[in-house]
Amino acid sequence: MSSSTSSILEVRDLVTAFDTDAGRMTAVDGVSFDVPRGKTLGIVGESGCGKSVTAFSITRLLPQPHGKILGGSIRFEGRDLVSAPLEDMQKVRGNDISMIFQEPMTALNPVQTVGRQLAEAILLHTQCDKAEVLARSIDMMKKVRIPAPEQRLNEYPHQLSGGMRQRVMIAMALINKPKLLIADEPTTALDVTVQAQILDLIADLQKEMGMSVILITHDLGVIAEVCDEVAVMYAGRIVEQAGVFDLFANPRHAYTKGLLDSIPRLDSTPKTLLKAIPGNVPGIADFKPGCRFAERSGREHTHAHLTTRPPITEIAPNHFVEHCPICVA
Amino acid sequence: MSLLTVKNLQQHFPVRGGVMRRAVASCKAVDGVSFSLGEGETLGLVGESGCGKTTLGKSIVRLLKPTGGSIDFEGHDITQASMGSIRPLRRYMQMIFQDPAESLNPRHTVRDILEEPFIVQKLGTKDERRKWVLDLLDKVGLSSASADRFPFEFSGGQRQRIGIARAIALKPKLIVCDEPVSALDVSVQSQVLNLLLDLQRDMGLSYLFIAHGLSVVKHMSDRVAVMYLGKIVEMAPAEELYHNPRHAYTKALLDAIPVPDPAKRRQRQLLQGDVPSPINPPAGCAFGHRMKHPKWEESTKMDLSLKEVSPGHFVQPCPCCT
Repeated sequence: MSSSTSSILEVRDLVTAFDTDAGRMTAVDGVSFDVPRGKTLGIVGESGCGKSVTAFSITRLLPQPHGKILGGSIRFEGRDLVSAPLEDMQKVRGNDISMIFQEPMTALNPVQTVGRQLAEAILLHTQCDKAEVLARSIDMMKKVRIPAPEQRLNEYPHQLSGGMRQRVMIAMALINKPKLLIADEPTTALDVTVQAQILDLIADLQKEMGMSVILITHDLGVIAEVCDEVAVMYAGRIVEQAGVFDLFANPRHAYTKGLLDSIPRLDSTPKTLLKAIPGNVPGIADFKPGCRFAERSGREHTHAHLTTRPPITEIAPNHFVEHCPICVA
Repeated sequence: MSLLTVKNLQQHFPVRGGVMRRAVASCKAVDGVSFSLGEGETLGLVGESGCGKTTLGKSIVRLLKPTGGSIDFEGHDITQASMGSIRPLRRYMQMIFQDPAESLNPRHTVRDILEEPFIVQKLGTKDERRKWVLDLLDKVGLSSASADRFPFEFSGGQRQRIGIARAIALKPKLIVCDEPVSALDVSVQSQVLNLLLDLQRDMGLSYLFIAHGLSVVKHMSDRVAVMYLGKIVEMAPAEELYHNPRHAYTKALLDAIPVPDPAKRRQRQLLQGDVPSPINPPAGCAFGHRMKHPKWEESTKMDLSLKEVSPGHFVQPCPCCT
């Protein structure tokens, strides 16, 4: 995670918390990563691990007034987004950094046509006349491979299929040619065949437009197919981070190993027991100060391991791991 | 002898429209499906959303009344059986649902939920039932203290265990598992899959395992059926289907699965378009129609019932896809 100009985004020691009736809950607890220019960083983790909160922290879209960034820095092309005034963030969002979400039906406005929503995205950031807006919209709709774009612009989200809606979302996100796209579980609600189409589309557009991508997912298959770098999150922290080939070939943390071992694969023998990770994903109120995977690792942890946070170490070139000596053997 | 034999099953729903709410079209959710399921066997059912796999599952356990064909369960024709006459058989066929949060009554304790099947079937005394509930909790790996808690106090994986406990309470022979792990976290999915495998071995259960995740289905099943727009287009032993798919749709589905190994990245043959609507589906092979295959026309004029191409391997014999 050495700082360099080859990264478009540098996140350092990000801490994001929510104020609730039960007290302050730290959802993201000191997370650091870089997004290399033109590449795809995958953030993989289970529900409640903080992967979406990380994304919302970058775009400063945390639910208000409960969500707060308590510490750390997010530098986008050298500029700190944590301390940026909100007006500046409005210029960044949808222009330099765009986001697409899991469920396009809830992210799109149901009572406005696709065309009007696309036009809004354009007009928020550039001044241009109607004809130009229309031309750009049609051009973008073609880019995301929506058939008959002129006609689709006049339709409402409910008239489109799930895959088409996600394409519209992508068109809206990319219409201002962002430098960074954050895709939060973009294909989770879609069928496998449509998922493959959407992932391919994102990869093609990335190549064409030279943008960087953060892809958030719980699916290791999706990570393996499209990412260059991977960060594995567990209980609010990144436990392992490496290049995608390195991570799948040499997982070092017990959680990463467990996750890779537990998924059924096409070449596994049918009806044999899987190597399951015991226990459940911890809730945010149960996060421990020390190694958070301790109780599910099946290995004896000492009191010190449970109370002191393991340091992040570079265990191999560009391979970082949260170095709990018990979980990283 | 097989436990369950389904022949040419049809489940059509009227689509109503106009002022008089007359049936203006029919939604052919399940349109001529035949298969059989043996004791202790798992038949996996895969397909994209809207292909009719959940409807098929519900028809089989008679949560719906089929509009055609026949369902034979242990020698009883249950296709048109009335609710009263089917009740004694209900204990032998159960269902596990996708979202355990929605399929468990939030105002009942786990004990109430697990006791209810026995009460409905008028089995046991109060003390016996209490003991059975504790046995069930033990079987699915929950502590006996769980009995007095409410569903919301549990995590997703634990809730699915409660759903499974309820399904096995009456020692059924057949369980329809409808996407039992798709709502669960990755690290918890394998626990629940292992539990289902263990229970099948211990109790000799037969499963109809419905899921859209092909690697999960392959792992759980002896045989796999691929469904497209209300019809089974291919059915074969699990290994055979994955190594030697014959139908173009099966190939496309297999091709689309993301493989969790970056070393195996490949150029995919992408399937274009979406699953068409089961309302007024195209004649002949629906997939050939989607692919605009030049030979699709031919398939409209022929009998598309499944043909056995090698032992146990059945394929829809359309000229466009096989």
